[in-house]
Amino acid sequence: MRVGLFVTCLVDLMRPRIGFAALKLLRAAGADVVVPRAQTCCGQPGYNAGDNAGARNLALKLAREFADCDYVVTPSGSCAGMIRVHYPALFREDAHAGDIGRLAEKTCELTDFLARVARLERVPGDFTGTLAYHDSCSGLRELGVKTQPRALLARMPGVRLIEMAESETCCGFGGTFSVKFGDIATRMADNKCQNIKASGADAVAAGDLGCLLHIEGRLRRLGDTQTRVLHVAEVLAGATEN
Amino acid sequence: MQVASGRFKQRAHDGLENPVLRNALLKSQGKFVVTRQQAFDELGNLGELRAAAAAVRDHTLERLDTYLTRFETEVRKAGGEVLWAQTAEDVQRLLHDICARHGVRLAVKSKSMVTEECEVNQALETAGIEVVETDLGEYILQLANEPPSHIVAPVVHKTKEEVAALFERHHGRPRLHDIPALCREAREVLRPKFLAADLGISGANFIIAETGTALIVTNEGNGRLATTLPRVHVAITGIEKVVPTLEDAALLLRLLTRSATGQPITNYVSLLTGPKRASDPDGPEHFYVILVDNGRSKLLGGELQPILRCIRCGACMNHCPVYQNVGGHAYGWVYPGPMGAVLTPSFVGLENARDLPDASTLCGACAAVCPVNIPLPDMLRQLRVQRMEKRLRPWTERAALKLWSWLAARPHIYGIATALAARLLHCFGGKTGLLHRLPFASGWTDGRDLPAPQGHTFRELYKQERQT
Ligand code: SF4
Repeated sequence: MRVGLFVTCLVDLMRPRIGFAALKLLRAAGADVVVPRAQTCCGQPGYNAGDNAGARNLALKLAREFADCDYVVTPSGSCAGMIRVHYPALFREDAHAGDIGRLAEKTCELTDFLARVARLERVPGDFTGTLAYHDSCSGLRELGVKTQPRALLARMPGVRLIEMAESETCCGFGGTFSVKFGDIATRMADNKCQNIKASGADAVAAGDLGCLLHIEGRLRRLGDTQTRVLHVAEVLAGATEN
Repeated sequence: MQVASGRFKQRAHDGLENPVLRNALLKSQGKFVVTRQQAFDELGNLGELRAAAAAVRDHTLERLDTYLTRFETEVRKAGGEVLWAQTAEDVQRLLHDICARHGVRLAVKSKSMVTEECEVNQALETAGIEVVETDLGEYILQLANEPPSHIVAPVVHKTKEEVAALFERHHGRPRLHDIPALCREAREVLRPKFLAADLGISGANFIIAETGTALIVTNEGNGRLATTLPRVHVAITGIEKVVPTLEDAALLLRLLTRSATGQPITNYVSLLTGPKRASDPDGPEHFYVILVDNGRSKLLGGELQPILRCIRCGACMNHCPVYQNVGGHAYGWVYPGPMGAVLTPSFVGLENARDLPDASTLCGACAAVCPVNIPLPDMLRQLRVQRMEKRLRPWTERAALKLWSWLAARPHIYGIATALAARLLHCFGGKTGLLHRLPFASGWTDGRDLPAPQGHTFRELYKQERQT
C-alpha cells in the first residue's frame, strides 16, 4: 500500500516533529510511505479568503504530486477536509473533476487512516499521563473524526483519556480569524483553556497544529507552563520531546 | 433599523467587554443547546426530517412565482388582500395607505423580524400612529429603545434587573423583583392596548399557498390577540416564507419549534385565513398580507439561494461560538449570528458589511444544527469570493494572499523562504520557545504567545535523513 504523506505547510514550518511522527506511525501500520518533495500548501488560506483561483492552482499541484499514491494521509483534519470536501467543490463540472475526485476519495486524516483503514493495533508511543482530547472542527464535522483518535489512544497502556467539557467547541483558531479578530479568538481560547484546566489533564491533544498553537499560545500567556499541548501523532508515535 | 454592520470589529469588542451580556449568554446558551438536543433525541429521525424540510424549501424556491401567485389567489378567495413590496419603503408606504384607509391611530404588533428590517415602527410613528410591541421581549426593547439581539429571544442580552428598572421607570409603578410579577405587570399594561388597537401587525412564520393562510407561532398568546382583536390585521413577511401545502408547513413546524426552543410545539400556533367570516365569533374585518422582497429575489438562482431556506429558528446562533461570545448587537443589523452574517451583506450590500463574512471560524457548528441543512460556512466563503472579486479587501491582505499562492506554487523558493522563517522565528523564541510579540501579527500576540518553530523545516530535516 503506497501512502503519500502530506505534511502540511504549518507542520513543515513550525513543528516538523509531527511530520516525522506521522511517518513513523504510517510505517508502523505497514504502509510504503512516500513524501513528495515539492509539496507545499493545500491552498486553504487562499480558499478561506475567497481566492478560489489560487486555491485551484495549488489543488492541481497537489493532485499531480500524489497521483501515484493509493492513499494520501495528512496529520491535519482541516487540510484533509480541504482536499476531501472542498477540492471537489472547486472543480465542479470541470475538466479536472475526475482527477480531483480520485484524490479526494483517497485522502484521509491521519488517525482516521490509522484506525479505520490501516487498523494499526500496536501503537508505538509510550506517553504516560492523563490526556484531554480537543476535537478540531474540520476533522470532526467534515470528516467524522471523533472515535478514531480515541480508539488509538486507548491502545496505549499509559494514557488515561479524560473527556473535557465542550471538547467539540471551536478553540477560536480559524486561520486568519485568529489574527483578524484576535480578541474574539482569545476569548474562545480562554473558554477552551478553562475546560482543559477543569478536566485536570496533564496534557491536551488534538489533530490540528493550528488549534494546538492557538491553545498553547493562550495557556502560556495565562502563565500555565505545565499543561502539555501535543499533536495526537506525537503522542501515538512517542515523539513528544525535541 | 440603521445598518452598523461595517463596525463589527468594534461592536464585537464592546460585546466581549460586557460582563452582563456574557452572563446572560452563558445562561441562555446552555438552555437552548440542551433543550434542542433533548427534543430531537425524543423525536429520533432528525436526519430524514431535515432532508425532507430542505427539499420542500428548495422545491418551493425553484417555483416561487407559482406558489406566491397561488397564495395570492387563495387569500383573495378568502376575502383578504395581498400587497407586494419590493423594498422597505414600499412596505412603509403600503402600511401608511392601510392606516389612512381604515383610520388607524393605534397599532399593536406581535414579533416580526421583517418589520424590524423594514423599520415599520419608525415609519408609523412619524405618521402619528402609536405602535406597541406586544411580544414581551420586543416590548422590553421598545421601552429600552434597543434593537433585538437574537431572532427568537430578542432580549436575551438583558437581565431581569435591567427589565425591572425599565418597567419601574416607564410604568411608574414600584420596582418588582421576580419574573412572574414582571410578566403580570406587562400584561396589565398591554391588555388595554390590545382592546383599543385599530390595527394588528404580525409577521408570518410560514404562508401556505394552497389555503392562503398565514401561520404564526408564539408562546405568549400575544400573537393571537394582536391578529384577532383589532379591526385590521396586516401580516408582513418575506416572499421566501411560502410553502405549498399545510402538510409541508406541519413538517417545517416540527423542526422549527424544536430547533428554536426545544419545544415539540409552541403554546400557540395560529393559522389565519382571511378576515372574519359571518359565522366567526371574532377576527379582523380586514386581512392584508404584505409580501416583502427587499433583496430576497436577488439571491434566487445564485450561489446564495440556500440561505432562503432559512426558517428563522435561531439554532445557528445558539450554537455559534462567535455569537455566543460577542452577542447579537455586534452584527449591527436585524439578523445576527451565522444566518445574519450571510443575510446582512446580501440585503444591505457587501460593502456595508464587509467584515461579516469573516465573523466566523468556519467551525461548522451552525451547519451541523441547521434544520434545513443550509451550508452556512460555504455561504460565508461564497461571500468572501464575491468580496475578493469586488476588491473589497485592503490591498495589503490581497497582496499577502497572492504572495503566498505564488510562493506555494514554487517549491524551491518556498523551501528557502520557509527555512529562513523557521530559523529566524526559532531564534526570536529564545529559551522559552515562545514569541511574545510579532511585528505584523499583533492581532495574535496581543492575547497569545506564539510557540516558536523548531528551527528547521520538515523538508530540510527529511532531506538530511534521506542523505544519511
Ligand atoms: S440558518 Fe438554519 S439554523 Fe440558522 S436560523 Fe435559519 S434555519 Fe435556523
